Amino acid sequence: MKQRAAVLGTGQTHHKAKRTDVSMAGLLREAIDRAMTDAQVGWDDIDAVVIGKAPDLFEGVMMPELYLADALGATGKPLLRVHTAGSVGGSTSIVAASLVQSGEHRRVLTVAYEKQSESNAMWALSIPIPFNMPVGAGAGGYFAPHVRSYIRRSGAPEIVGSMVAAKDRRNGSLNPYAHLQQADITVEQVQASQMLWDPIRYDETCPSSDGACAMVIGDEASGDAAGDDVAWIHATSMRTEPTTFARRDQVNPQAGRDAATQLWRDAGITDPLSEVDAAEIYVPFSWFEPMWLENLGFMPEGEGWKLTEAGETALGGQLPVNPSGGVLSTNPIGASGMLRMSEAAKQVMGKAGNYQVDGARKAVGHAYGGGSQYFALWLVGAAKPE
Amino acid sequence: MTTEAPPLSEPLEIQFDYTRSLGPVLGRFMTGLAERRIEGVTGSDGRVHVPPVEYDPMTAEPLSKFVEVGQEGTVLTWSWCAEPVAGQPIQRPFAWALIRLDGADTALLHAVDVETPEAIHTGMRVRVRWADEPVGHIRDIAYFLPADAPDDQPPPPTSPPPPAAERADGASVNTVVTPIKLGYEHTVSPEESRYLRALGEGKLIGQRCPKCEKVYLPPRGACPTDGVPTTTEVELPDTAIVTTFCIVNVPFLGQQITPPYVVAYILLDGADIAFLHLVRGCDADEVRMGMRVRAQWRPREEWVTSMRNIAHFEPTGEPDAPYESYAHHL
Repeated sequence: MKQRAAVLGTGQTHHKAKRTDVSMAGLLREAIDRAMTDAQVGWDDIDAVVIGKAPDLFEGVMMPELYLADALGATGKPLLRVHTAGSVGGSTSIVAASLVQSGEHRRVLTVAYEKQSESNAMWALSIPIPFNMPVGAGAGGYFAPHVRSYIRRSGAPEIVGSMVAAKDRRNGSLNPYAHLQQADITVEQVQASQMLWDPIRYDETCPSSDGACAMVIGDEASGDAAGDDVAWIHATSMRTEPTTFARRDQVNPQAGRDAATQLWRDAGITDPLSEVDAAEIYVPFSWFEPMWLENLGFMPEGEGWKLTEAGETALGGQLPVNPSGGVLSTNPIGASGMLRMSEAAKQVMGKAGNYQVDGARKAVGHAYGGGSQYFALWLVGAAKPE
Repeated sequence: MTTEAPPLSEPLEIQFDYTRSLGPVLGRFMTGLAERRIEGVTGSDGRVHVPPVEYDPMTAEPLSKFVEVGQEGTVLTWSWCAEPVAGQPIQRPFAWALIRLDGADTALLHAVDVETPEAIHTGMRVRVRWADEPVGHIRDIAYFLPADAPDDQPPPPTSPPPPAAERADGASVNTVVTPIKLGYEHTVSPEESRYLRALGEGKLIGQRCPKCEKVYLPPRGACPTDGVPTTTEVELPDTAIVTTFCIVNVPFLGQQITPPYVVAYILLDGADIAFLHLVRGCDADEVRMGMRVRAQWRPREEWVTSMRNIAHFEPTGEPDAPYESYAHHL
């Protein structure tokens, strides 16, 4: 039987294209110090540290968690690193939660980061493999054909991708930590931006960010002691599938569907669209909003775009999606998944500031990684789970 | 008895000049090196850390109490490097040593120039030999010498200096450039080797799973769905349909094809999985999902054991495949 666990505090950096003012350790500490202040804990209160980041080739430091141990306050404590490509921030959060839910630790510090300015992720993701055609073109090149498949399969109007981008960027302008601040961006401007990987436009693509995110997760007693402003973890789920196999559905992957099914079941949710108040979904390219709305079961297959087109995923809509601005406004790759988890927590803690969803009681955080292979989900609530 | 040729392999070399932003503590250390000064930082327990650490190993608090230390020190332990590789500080046999500088409590790893392992020992006194033109990098300390070595000793061969990060005159050092080069030998499986050798003869050889009967190209050796070995080889034609695609308009570092170009999932007739290749022979905006295409092979004399023997796929002009015929391959 799992023990109850709660997010006691969250913290993140001011995300930018280049945070040359700090070291990697300093970047992490900016997020960690804010999370520990928010949680009102000191180093003595932390029992273990769980860190996540994307592939080492992104910064060129092998096993950076070793050099970072001092900065993470991990001396004499368990320090674990999690790796699941782009979803790592999500799975790192879940591993940290599981150390509390298992009864092993009372309070766990978890942090995820990327310092993209130290390298070039597009280069690192496009290494030509001997004997093969050198057709790799970064994450955008990987996902663009599957976006085209989605548009064909669903019959979605072409403008939907631009609507998501304009909405998330405007949301980002409500978030002082977001990398991109584009309060006035319009759907027309997004439509007019350059086609990078047709059918994906420049403005429908996530930025390249330096940043970190951290959380303190505590047991039931810690959550009770902290009072009302904690986020109780109602359910978590993770699933994985291979990159390629015959008849793999790249638009609506089985692993994502299975992860969602388990999440709703474990959280006691029968109608996600009406029962969930806010969603922070990993949308690095705008079309993944309608795709994941279907994959997660918020909308029937082929109809996710209808929720977006009707404006129901904007703040004030039926299901605000990425009120923080999402990955489209901020993308420190390894941290992006944890930002989704922590932004979901902030909504139910009532700490989301200008992008607070009124009366949010239940929120979902989601991350995916690799070639849509890794899925991580959690549902957090203002009230203790049953 | 027949013996199969060994699996194919090819070198893969990648390199990148990573840029490290140093933050306040290592930034000050590197700035000091550029001025031929070595600074450590005092920790919560009074120990002086050289190189300095940004956060205290005991309390995790940020550290900022700097102290200059000596340029001579003591070898705490060492290891002989008999065959230096490119990029190492000294380009003839030398010793790696952990050196505690006078005034420091922790050790710095660096190279010591001695001719033989007999010429170094734990407890030996050594001193810094500075690079001729320090730039704000750990290799501003070119290497260490025995403390009593004569000043006019001829210098050993050294690696070229590391690339220096740009900075304005008089500005402190806030970035170092760290070139990293990785050399791999990429070896493919026996099944993929047979497929590549067949490509070298202009043939496309896949494998069929005995259980689900799906045909994989390239062959995997085992079915990813059923987990059983795949042994039956199947020769496939070089005609195909485009299931889905994107048009790459964006230039990027390391790109080998000039944009714009069409990258498409190619589903060979008779195959159950698509692979990525180029589509040319028509305007990019004429490429369609379901379009019939055929391989355009490079001239036979250029064939090697690679998918690159197919230059690209071109439209055949046949009617498009119906959506239902490839809907399950998306």
